[in-house]
Parts: sequence; C-alpha cells; structure tokens
Amino acid sequence: MITVGLLNYWVVVVLMMVGFYIVMASRNLIKKMVGLSLFQTSVFILYITMGKISGGTAPILAGPGTTYSNPLPHVLILTAIVVGVATTALGMAIIVRIKEAYGTIEEDEIRSMDANS
Amino acid sequence: MFLQHLPILQIIVPLMAAPVCVLLRRRERSWAFALLVSWVVFAMSVLLLQRVLLEGTIIYSLGSWPAPWGIEYRIDAVNAFVVFLVALIGAVVLLYAPRSVFSELPEVRCNLFFTAYLLCLTGLMGMATTGDVFNLFVFLEISSLTSYALIASGPDRRALRASYQYLVMGTVGATFYVIGVGLLYMMTGTLNMVDLAERLQPVLMTRTVLAAFAFLVVGISLKLALFPLHLWLPNAYAYAPSVVTAFLAATATKVSIYVFVRFFYGIFGTAYAFDTLSLGGFLVPLGLAGIFVASLVAVFQTNIKRMLAYSSIAQVGYMMVGVGLVSVSGLTATLVHLFNHAVMKCALFLAMGCFILRLGSCELEDLRGIGKRMPVTMAAFVAGGLSLIGVPLTVGFISKWYLVLGALERGWWPVAVLILLGSLIAVVYVWRVVEVAYFHEPTGKTAAATEAPLSMLIPMWLLAGATFYFGISATFTSGVARRGAEVLMAGLAP
Repeated sequence: MITVGLLNYWVVVVLMMVGFYIVMASRNLIKKMVGLSLFQTSVFILYITMGKISGGTAPILAGPGTTYSNPLPHVLILTAIVVGVATTALGMAIIVRIKEAYGTIEEDEIRSMDANS
Repeated sequence: MFLQHLPILQIIVPLMAAPVCVLLRRRERSWAFALLVSWVVFAMSVLLLQRVLLEGTIIYSLGSWPAPWGIEYRIDAVNAFVVFLVALIGAVVLLYAPRSVFSELPEVRCNLFFTAYLLCLTGLMGMATTGDVFNLFVFLEISSLTSYALIASGPDRRALRASYQYLVMGTVGATFYVIGVGLLYMMTGTLNMVDLAERLQPVLMTRTVLAAFAFLVVGISLKLALFPLHLWLPNAYAYAPSVVTAFLAATATKVSIYVFVRFFYGIFGTAYAFDTLSLGGFLVPLGLAGIFVASLVAVFQTNIKRMLAYSSIAQVGYMMVGVGLVSVSGLTATLVHLFNHAVMKCALFLAMGCFILRLGSCELEDLRGIGKRMPVTMAAFVAGGLSLIGVPLTVGFISKWYLVLGALERGWWPVAVLILLGSLIAVVYVWRVVEVAYFHEPTGKTAAATEAPLSMLIPMWLLAGATFYFGISATFTSGVARRGAEVLMAGLAP
C-alpha cells in the first residue's frame, strides 16, 4: 500500500527531472519549451497527489464522517495551469518572432549570428 | 470607506485599467491614461505608507473572508515601503516614457506596451502587498509574463533572445517557488504567511520542510538575480526598451528581494533559517562574489546599458550581504539600499534612454564628448554614478554606511573591507564613461546631438535630485527601513 501511495511521487520526480534536463540540455527552442511544460506539469501532479486521501471522494458532505479529498490543491492547480498555458503561449510567440528575425530556432546558430553582428 | 480598501485598490486599479489601454488604441491617449492611473496608484501608496507609519500593521481580508481561510493582505512597514517604491518608480518612469517609447516602438504596438506596463505594475504591487504565499505566486507570474513581453518589444532582435532566456529561467525559478510552497502546504495545510510561520514551528526539521526551504532559496534567488543565478539579467536589461530597463531595474529584483526576506525572516524565522541552517554563510560569500565578479565584468563592457546591468547584479550582492548579516543594521542597510539603488539606477537608465533617443546608441565609443552636447543628461548620469560609488552626500553613501556598520557590529571586518573595495571598482566603470563624455571632442554621432527634450529631463532629474535629497536628509528612508528591519527581525510567528 505504501509503495503504491508513493508511486505518484516517483512519477513526479521522474517527470520533473526529465523536463528539467530537456530545458538545460536541448539546443532547440521549441524542445526547451516542451521540457519547461513537462517540468511545470510534474508540479501539478505533485499538488493533486497531496490533496488525495485514499478512499476519499469529492468534497460533498453527506453527513458526518464523510472522507473527502482536499479540494484546495485542485483549485490552486487550476490557477497554475492557466499560468503554465500563458507561459507556453508567450514562449511560443517569442519563438515565432525569433524565427522571423533570425530564420532559425537553433540556439547555437542564433548565438553565432549574434556574435558576428 | 475608501481608505479602508486602499490595500486592494492599489492593485485593482492598474489591473482594471490595463485592458482599457488596449481599447484606447491611439498611443498618446493610452499613454495619458496609463500615466493618470500610475499617479493615482502612487497617491494611494503614499496614503497607505502614511497610515502604516501612524497606525502600525494594516490587515485587509479579501472579500471579508477571515484568514487563514481567505486571502489576507497584510501591510507592515516593510511592504508599505516596497509598495511606495514600486509605485513611485512606476509613476515617474511613465512620465518620462512617451518620447522614448514612441521612438523605439512601432506605433501600433504602443498601446499594448502601456497595457503590459500597467499589468507589470499590478503584479509587482501585488507581490509586495499579499500575505498569502500562493497569491504571491500568481502576482509573480503576472509581473514576470508581462516583463518578458516588455523586454521582447525592444528594438533590437537580440531582445527576443534575451526575453526567451529570461522566460525559461524565470519560469524555472517560479516553478521552484511553487514546489517549495507545495511542500510547505503539505506539512501545514495553510498558505497564509502568518499561519504558516506558526504552524511550521513543530515540523521545521522534517525532510519535507528542508526540501521546501532549498527550493524556495534557489527559486527566489533566481528571480532576484543573486550571483551566480544572474545569467538572465544582463541581456534582458541591455536589449529591452530604455523605459522598460529603467522600470524593471528599479523594481523587479527589489520586489524579489522583499519576497526573500519575507520568507526567510518572516515565515521560517531567523533562528531556523540563519542559525540552524546558516543561510547567512551562503548569502554573504555569494553576495561578495557577486559584488566583485559583476563589477569587474562591468568594467570591461562597451555597451553602457549592459555595464549598468552588471552593476545591478553587484548591487544585489550588497543587498544580500545585508540580509546575510542577520541584524537590524544589516537589514536596514538592505532595505535602505533597496530604495536608494532603485532611485539611482532608474536615473542612470533614464539617462541612457536620452542618449539612445538622440544618438540611437549607448555604446561607449559613440558617446565621445557627449558632456558638451547633452550637459544636463550627462550631469544626471554623473549624479547617479556618484551614488553608485557611494560618495558622501549621495544615497549610495547612506546604504554603504549602514552596511559597513552592520558588518562591523558582527565583528566581520573583512566583509566591511571587501564592501569598500567593491566601491572602488564602481569608481573605475563610472570613470570610463565620464572620461569619454567629458575629455573627448564631440565626433561622429555626438557632433550633431542636441539636449534631450524637457519631458524626459524633468523625470530623470526628479530621481537624480532624489539621490542627493535622500543622501543629505536620510531620516525618512533610513527611519522607515529601520522600522521595517525591526518588524522583520521579530518574524511573523506570534
């Protein structure tokens, strides 16, 4: 039971590190954004997981002794998802402008173009 | 009735005004409207600061939901001071903005620029006001997302890459912050700062809280550009439109420093953060390293905006050394320098804006003899530069005075010596500009340059004058900063 209970956290850790690694290691701007989204999404799962109580249902009180999951993390994550979408959208918009201005979305090429100008 | 709602009004007003700027379409109209809003916000922040100084901490419950269930805005001497600073800079920079923005941005984007500016102001004010850690994250993202957009609107294509780099690093920082907050929530079940401070006490040594602590230190340090997490800053400041650089340099990192002290003094408490986990032993060396490395890099820059950006990193170093001293004097130095550095760096970047308007460049070699062609602007630059060095009668001296005092109080005289040595490097990089500007004959671009328009000179000199005014009569700034420092040292836990 305990290992199953911790499964979500292991998933979170793996996703988080995969995302973070992509952000750092990838030289392609779009791939970096993918990594960043993955990194953020792992945090959403972290929050949702901590609100869960085994056997808990939706927080509708049907008399005393109802076990329910904490609804607050879900609400927080709704906000964080909106923020995440906005970040991704803005990042993509900047990439479009970079592509127009430089003609490439490879970081190395952009850097060498900047160094030469 | 009106006064009672001040804490929320100063956030709601710019938030609601921002979309109106889009609808106004014409750039002059949207600028005039944004200017009106920013001065209203400034007036409210002055009223708020005055009330806090007279009556003490103001607690405002959003929607009348009492804390810890509802979101609480809790305004004491520290955040009232930071809010005042942000509103002041926001209002003065907008007064300066039109000529500079209209020349650097295409006409159709100007109204969107002012929209983003007001939203950024909203976010920064919100970060400084709120007493709820998740609410703080939302405001952090409002201010960050708009500042990425503002930076990307710079005239040079390198602004895009700078903005993208900042977006990636800023998001990583903000996400680290959310992870930290999540782990704290896991242990305490609360997001209210005061409640959090109280409920954390019994669980401080658990691994979850230690992990949260680490995530928060790194996340917030990224946002405030603590060396060596400053990599996003130089390009972002160098290629953003002049007005944006002046505004962000004076406010964004400052508000993050406020968040840092609020977390580690207020929520975690000095005993835990600085005695048990010796955060000071981490901040002081990094702060000092930042002062030296960034100042030395600044000396070798040819683009003056970039040079000033590196100098900003060095100044953040001074502030973090103050935080690491863990004493009322050290914190007073940090808070007073927060204000002083914002004023001087804003004046310096506004001077850069004037050069860019008249010369189209702020490369050192293009400024030959500029002191003869634009004497008023260059004098403002010198005023800011003197402050940066810390010459007596300027605000820079007041900050360094308190900082050295704080270091000596702790008996850390090598730190005090290093702080003074750091100022010497500032002499070098300020002198390089002064030499080119005054001791060369005007040639090339400067030959035909004329003085900047009055609409830009007046706001710039408002701030440049303030560096002297608050340098000579420091009772207001250092008095408020000391009260703030005392509040912080006491911590939030009852």
